Amino acid sequence: MDWNELLEIAEHERSQQKPIRLHCCTSTGCRAANSIAVLNGLRDAVDEAKLGDRVEVVGVGCMGFCSRGPLVQIDPNDDLYEEVKPDEAASIVSTLTGGTTSAIKGDTQHPFFSRQMKVVRQHSGKLDPERIEEYIAVGGYQALHKVLYEMTPAQVVEEISRSGLRGRGGGGYPTGLKWATVAKMPGEQKYVICNGDEGDPGAFMDRSVMESDPHLVLEGMAIAGYAIGANHGYIYVRAEYPLAIERLQKAIQQAKKYGLLGSQIFDSPFDFKIDIRIGAGAFVCGEETALIQSIEGGRGNPRPRPPYPAQSGLWGCPTLINNVETYANIAAIINQGADWYASIGTEKSKGTKIFALTGKIRNNGLIEVPMGITLREIVEEMGGGVPDGDVKAVQTGGPSGGCIPASMLDTPVDYESLMAVGSMMGSGGMVVMDQTTNMVEVAQFYMEFCRGETCGKCIPCRTGTVQLYSMLTKILNGKATKADLDAMEALCYMVKDTSLCGLGMSAPNPVLSTLKYFPEEYRERLQEAIAPTPPVEPTEQHGTATAPELLAQ
Amino acid sequence: MSVKTLTIDGKDVAIEEGATILQAAKEAGVAIPTLCHLEGVSDVGACRLCLVEIAGTSKLLPACVTEVAEGMQVQTNTPKLQEYRRMTVELLFSEGNHFCSVCVANGNCELQDVAIQVGMDHTRFPYRFPNRGVDMSHPSFGIDHNRCILCTRCVRVCDEIEGAHVWDVAQRGAGCYIVSGLNQPWGTVDACTSCGKCVDACPTGAIFRKGETTGEKERDRAKLEFLVTAREKHQWIR
Repeated sequence: MDWNELLEIAEHERSQQKPIRLHCCTSTGCRAANSIAVLNGLRDAVDEAKLGDRVEVVGVGCMGFCSRGPLVQIDPNDDLYEEVKPDEAASIVSTLTGGTTSAIKGDTQHPFFSRQMKVVRQHSGKLDPERIEEYIAVGGYQALHKVLYEMTPAQVVEEISRSGLRGRGGGGYPTGLKWATVAKMPGEQKYVICNGDEGDPGAFMDRSVMESDPHLVLEGMAIAGYAIGANHGYIYVRAEYPLAIERLQKAIQQAKKYGLLGSQIFDSPFDFKIDIRIGAGAFVCGEETALIQSIEGGRGNPRPRPPYPAQSGLWGCPTLINNVETYANIAAIINQGADWYASIGTEKSKGTKIFALTGKIRNNGLIEVPMGITLREIVEEMGGGVPDGDVKAVQTGGPSGGCIPASMLDTPVDYESLMAVGSMMGSGGMVVMDQTTNMVEVAQFYMEFCRGETCGKCIPCRTGTVQLYSMLTKILNGKATKADLDAMEALCYMVKDTSLCGLGMSAPNPVLSTLKYFPEEYRERLQEAIAPTPPVEPTEQHGTATAPELLAQ
Repeated sequence: MSVKTLTIDGKDVAIEEGATILQAAKEAGVAIPTLCHLEGVSDVGACRLCLVEIAGTSKLLPACVTEVAEGMQVQTNTPKLQEYRRMTVELLFSEGNHFCSVCVANGNCELQDVAIQVGMDHTRFPYRFPNRGVDMSHPSFGIDHNRCILCTRCVRVCDEIEGAHVWDVAQRGAGCYIVSGLNQPWGTVDACTSCGKCVDACPTGAIFRKGETTGEKERDRAKLEFLVTAREKHQWIR
């Protein structure tokens, strides 16, 4: 494979594509809503109407408006149909020849679509993720060719540094700096790892990227491999994402067949192969050191850092580990330049971020927005607000994040601002809550999640989360006292400060942020508030549980 | 090899590069509580008791795995650390079933020692009274999971020193337990060499030699009867 062959494939593919393409989403969300039957219905209808010479039906990746699936879009006129039923397929095809359809037509001018800025999701929902030719037709693998023939590894690192890209897994560590560190580490063998172990409740951005545009991730990883001097990459995908795994496998095979992965890529001296590793159902394996242990075949336990994976990672070798979305940004930065990328977003947070907008909101789904957009713009304009009543809070960052109250909706979405209000960017989950949401229950939900997902290695996380969960339950049951509340807060800080890895360090965040912004919801459930006369304080300065209390639990 | 100088609780210490803060503290005569640390096997930084404060970083760092650096200023016993350590030990006591009075390790127990060291005389957290098992299938030893604090010292000593890797950790979170072989009774694990290193490594009474438990201290009342019968009837029967 050389440059001309790549262009030939692209040209041939474009010439083969029919002028009218019916895009039907075949990603997990729409599949669950029966989109495969819709896809087949569309194909049958096109055959029946004998439109096969100018119309093709394409099973594509995620279009983003997941709550209204199955989605069908007509390219090029951009008509979008929502909640399409299989028996509506024929009438949708008939609109191409002047017919009418009862299918619900979506408003593509709605801010949910118009306020988006698609960098990572540029081709998502427009191409068949199971055919590499479609990716090549829209300029795929050109960035990889560019770095191999026009740039030195150091220039690639410099380009990524200048772009201002930061880790999209949630921590926000400067990607260029991470690449530079691994590139400068001595050692013959280095590795590239892609973290696809997305596990935050309500978050599905990475799944969508892997399912909708798998080659984008592979190309980003290959570029990273060239930049840091690695010839082997691993994608670690959670087992709960079977479709993503299947499509990545197909993508790797197709890329290998074309010589875009494997030995001597584009006839250059650069070799790069990618293997998939499948998780076994542990949330904590999203933590980088646990993920590395899991790839090595060990128990997925985090270990203390330093040494960081950049120094000693997979099998003790310098290892670059980034999130799916981070790699998915790379090709665009190389193609369009660091300056273009750095022009998007805020001073310290560059580029775009994908969020999974869910909860009590009209428009659920995936959105890609420029950094710096406010929560209010996302929730009220793009999300269309809460169906009944007002927004109470927005939860970002999953079990590691916090709840941001409605009064702070004007907070811009960037790493620092979200951190300053006691939450975090996280991987991109954004759960909207309305006035009916009980914040103590929210805190309890996330604590239950952490209690179940802690690996059990360090004491504060293993035991602290269990105690925090039972304290929250006690409060919800109206059996707690002010002393219990104080003890819970103290334990939150202890777990946060002493836990070994990010899971434990951030597990108390949902409790602390709801305690900070919604203290009355905790206080009104205390015994003192429920009982007309406050109970006689026993030996409460240490919060000792008395025998009757123990029996009552 | 170069030498690093640092201060620990205000005391000047000089120690070779690559040493941990825990080693330096020992050299300076500063006692830092530990539970998962065991001389001779690798450190895992799991018990979080040896966390120390280092000037210039807001994070608390485990002394057992943090290497010394030139000019480092370490505080090992601030009020915050004391409080956190006490809470950690309280969490341990509330987590398992620790009853010193009937325990084989009573008086020779590191958990007990640490509790005294950090001044823990009661736990503010409700006891969880977990229902954990006891495995007495091994001819020489027993393991009582009720007393296990999951420090993994047995796992490491068996893997790294004996090379048998009989032990590991199964499940996660509150469900964690030390597992022998392929989750089979200890006595049926062929890999076990009965070397007893895990018994010596265990900081509590979780892994013990048979015959040492209170439950095994049975009196042989029938012996008297046997002697009387033997003397009076000249019948040596039991």
